[in-house]
Amino acid sequence: MINKPFFPRQVVESTGNRWDWALLPLVLSLLFALAYAGSHMARPYAVGEAIPLTLDPWMLPYYLLRTTLRMFIALGASLIFSCVFAAVATKYRAAERVMIPMLDILQSIPILGFLSITVTGFIALFPGNLLGVECAAIFAIFTSQAWNMAFSLYQSLRTVPAELQEAARVFQLSGWQRFWRLGMPFAMPGLLWNMMMSMSGGWFFVVAAEAISVSNQNIKLPGVGSYIALAIEARDLGAVGWAIGGMMVGILLYDQLFFRPLIAWADKFRFEEGSAETEPSSWLLTWWRRTDRTQRLGQAAVRMFERSLMLFKQQHDGTSIRSRPSPPNPTIARIGDAALAAAVLFALWWLIGFVHGEVGWPEVIHAFVLGLYTMLRVLVLIALAALVWVPVGVWIGMNPRWAGRLQAVVQFLAAFPANLMFPVAVLLIVRWHLNPNIWLSPLMVLGTQWYLLFNVIAGASSVPTELRYAAQNLGLTGWLKWRRYLLPAIFPSFVTGAITASGGSWNASIVAEYVTWGDTTLQAEGLGSYIAHMTAIGDFPRIALGIAVMCVFVMSMNHFVWRRLYQMAQDRMHF
Amino acid sequence: MSATIVELKGVGKSFRSADGSARSVLKGVDFRLAEGEIVALLGQSGSGKSTLLRIMAGLVNVDAGDVSYRGQPLYGPARGVSMVFQSFALFPWLTVQQNVEIGLEARGIAPAERARRAEQAIELIGLAGFEGALPRELSGGMRQRVGIARALVVEPEVLLMDEAFSALDVLTGERLREDILELWNSGSMPTKAILVVSHNIEEAVLMADRVLVFASDPGRVRFQLAVQLPRPRDSNSVGVRTLVDEVYALMTAGAARSGRAATEPVRIHLADRLPEADIARMEGLLEMLLDDPFDGRADLPKLAEASELTDDELLPLVEALSLLELSRLADGDLHMTTAGREYVERSHTDRQKIFGRQLLAHVPLVAHIRHSLDQEPTGELPEEPFLRLLQESLDAAEAERVMRTAIEWGRHGAVFEYDYHTGLIHLPEDERPEVPPAASP
Repeated sequence: MINKPFFPRQVVESTGNRWDWALLPLVLSLLFALAYAGSHMARPYAVGEAIPLTLDPWMLPYYLLRTTLRMFIALGASLIFSCVFAAVATKYRAAERVMIPMLDILQSIPILGFLSITVTGFIALFPGNLLGVECAAIFAIFTSQAWNMAFSLYQSLRTVPAELQEAARVFQLSGWQRFWRLGMPFAMPGLLWNMMMSMSGGWFFVVAAEAISVSNQNIKLPGVGSYIALAIEARDLGAVGWAIGGMMVGILLYDQLFFRPLIAWADKFRFEEGSAETEPSSWLLTWWRRTDRTQRLGQAAVRMFERSLMLFKQQHDGTSIRSRPSPPNPTIARIGDAALAAAVLFALWWLIGFVHGEVGWPEVIHAFVLGLYTMLRVLVLIALAALVWVPVGVWIGMNPRWAGRLQAVVQFLAAFPANLMFPVAVLLIVRWHLNPNIWLSPLMVLGTQWYLLFNVIAGASSVPTELRYAAQNLGLTGWLKWRRYLLPAIFPSFVTGAITASGGSWNASIVAEYVTWGDTTLQAEGLGSYIAHMTAIGDFPRIALGIAVMCVFVMSMNHFVWRRLYQMAQDRMHF
Repeated sequence: MSATIVELKGVGKSFRSADGSARSVLKGVDFRLAEGEIVALLGQSGSGKSTLLRIMAGLVNVDAGDVSYRGQPLYGPARGVSMVFQSFALFPWLTVQQNVEIGLEARGIAPAERARRAEQAIELIGLAGFEGALPRELSGGMRQRVGIARALVVEPEVLLMDEAFSALDVLTGERLREDILELWNSGSMPTKAILVVSHNIEEAVLMADRVLVFASDPGRVRFQLAVQLPRPRDSNSVGVRTLVDEVYALMTAGAARSGRAATEPVRIHLADRLPEADIARMEGLLEMLLDDPFDGRADLPKLAEASELTDDELLPLVEALSLLELSRLADGDLHMTTAGREYVERSHTDRQKIFGRQLLAHVPLVAHIRHSLDQEPTGELPEEPFLRLLQESLDAAEAERVMRTAIEWGRHGAVFEYDYHTGLIHLPEDERPEVPPAASP
């Protein structure tokens, strides 16, 4: 920390403009970069026209800028979507009953599915302009970011402590005030964490989102994703290396300039008492807090916002007739239920008709069999990953000296898009004539195994010290130690990690089971490669079928395996 | 008589439990809160006193009866009513000043005016200097001061205090209570009436002009007691001590249900509530009762003091011991019974036997479980049918609690055993009938 006690107050606080001056170039260059990249997003473009792209590493910063801008726009859209979604779902019971299952389904639809359905529509939205394609790419990234953020916000709003809600009502906070003064701050830490996860998720699909090759379109938007796609087409391993380097720099930059300050700032929203082992800190935030003018700008914005809080106040109190609760209308509720049931039945009927007419039942069975293959892969690989990472994670978690340092590394690894390693895998498989059905599988957990690892680390480091001493004192060793002490102790966090890892692996299967390197395409038998293949040739009915089957698999696995395990962990294996 | 602020007429409230059955928490409650008085509500947990407070705060809507505030029907939180919470309910991300200002901000008062009034309230309650602190930096006592300042700054007519001191240690709670009373007596707060929910009898007697004692299942006002002692009151004065004694006697008399004479042994039905009493504490209390200085007979306030138990910890224990006839209540005193004496004097295994004997004789639920187990060829039964039986007259959470208590007691009395993982109740291993080999681990 730079916060030294002998720093004269006047220097730091009153006209501490030197901090302002030092921050100014940073702010200006950021603004300039944003404006520059933004101006390039909307320019004339006709469908079919090729956008010039090169593999020149010097162009990488520009591509990186474009990609990052897209991701942040998508992140902003996800944030707004999450707020609206969570606010509506928590406010209206009826809406909640439709929206939550809907989110579950949306969450299990792979990103390529969204892209293939919406891309033509977006292009038609801005005829003759690149903005349409940009929107399609941003929407694709949005679909890889929004769902878990919305879910986290909704969950947090649901679990605001009852006494705080009562206090908000007693002190006459209106809905708007309650959302900003109570709900949002309470949800902030979880939401931020999910935003970071979402950014990593966005990187994973950046190639698919920027190098649009669905529905017979073939457009490559300037960006890191397209650069990688181009490098893969050209079989240029060096360029892939440059892209990896560039991406690392990008991730590091937005981590330092965006997420770190936010997390350090959001520490005040932490609800639990104490347990502040490591208070997150950020050099940028500290710097910003020392500035004078710049900070005043921020405070002015906060004041403006607080004025809105005063504007949307509650006009009447509990003695007004308007507070009188209207009894629930049973007829309307029944009509709602009936409409919902009718909609579900109609969808089912339509689905059956669709399957019968368009693809035929043998194809459905085929898709299900492929789904079983992919499921087998997911389960086996998670088990294998667990075998490796559980002992490692426990070891790290039990050594607090290492836990802090390595956790940052692991988080970085999780943010790193694993699909960049795929070309290497293809080269190896082709070189040694390996069976792609087996050897492509590890790619599925390449990116998702880290969730397992850092959850286990977190679980192991939260084992109560007294229990640790007790185990030492009793002289537990070997298998007995694992069976009676370590495994039960980390089980809940392991399950949490496995749920995330499994969901991610299903999604990754589309990219991992169907890998191209130049004109070599390796394909593993599975549902992921089925969807990827059908997307490439633009066969809509079969894309829909593949996505539907994947939804069924993911949701039933969540319901029958993970939720049960989670419940078990909640019931009897916690401290 | 002075003007009525809040009035409740024939108020009833029931909550729907998870299984869809309604459980009545309040029934036919009449109550009025007038200007210039402090009223305390006493009663065991689950007697609906907190619900009553929340009804007056406008947080809970009633099923039956009328609630009015200054003659107007009350549908939600009224501006003139403010509340202090048991767990403070401060917004941890707002500073002390922002927390105090929240009610003013909600009303749309301009920042300058807000700051001025918050400053006043902060000073009044002795928090000056802490304006910029976050609640997590403060101790419990200081936090509750913020809670009180936040409630007072909106200049409420009615101040509701929901066990406001029970999360604090005794000394801090006492200090805070004295400060509030001082403000009340000096007339420096705008509040015209205070309602205190408490489980501490002494606290109620020290603060209130009127004490209302609640009965459970369903919650209703059992009796009222006017406190006309001069203020400030001293907790060691004869007047206060006598009153505290009186309330104790009245409250424990109710442990014997439905208005029977207190000396009569308590009879409960199969699906009645069991007091939530911990075995180790029951044993400790029995031993203390037999020892010096009580010698088998104790005045309850003295016993509370000696055992360092709060009233809502002590009363369930007393109720449980009376239920099992290990001790007996008479005239607000706790007497040792022969069974109790025998229990304390014996060894550990014998104690278990005595406990089991008393259980089977006096707790119909435990007797019924044992009886049912005896008839099973395997000697084991799932807990669900018993839970369902309890749920017919109790709500799901309460039924679960009663079941836990029955299982804990049954285990201690070696009447039956229970497997947490399988949810099966079974006879103790040494009494089990021949189990087919496949079922044994």
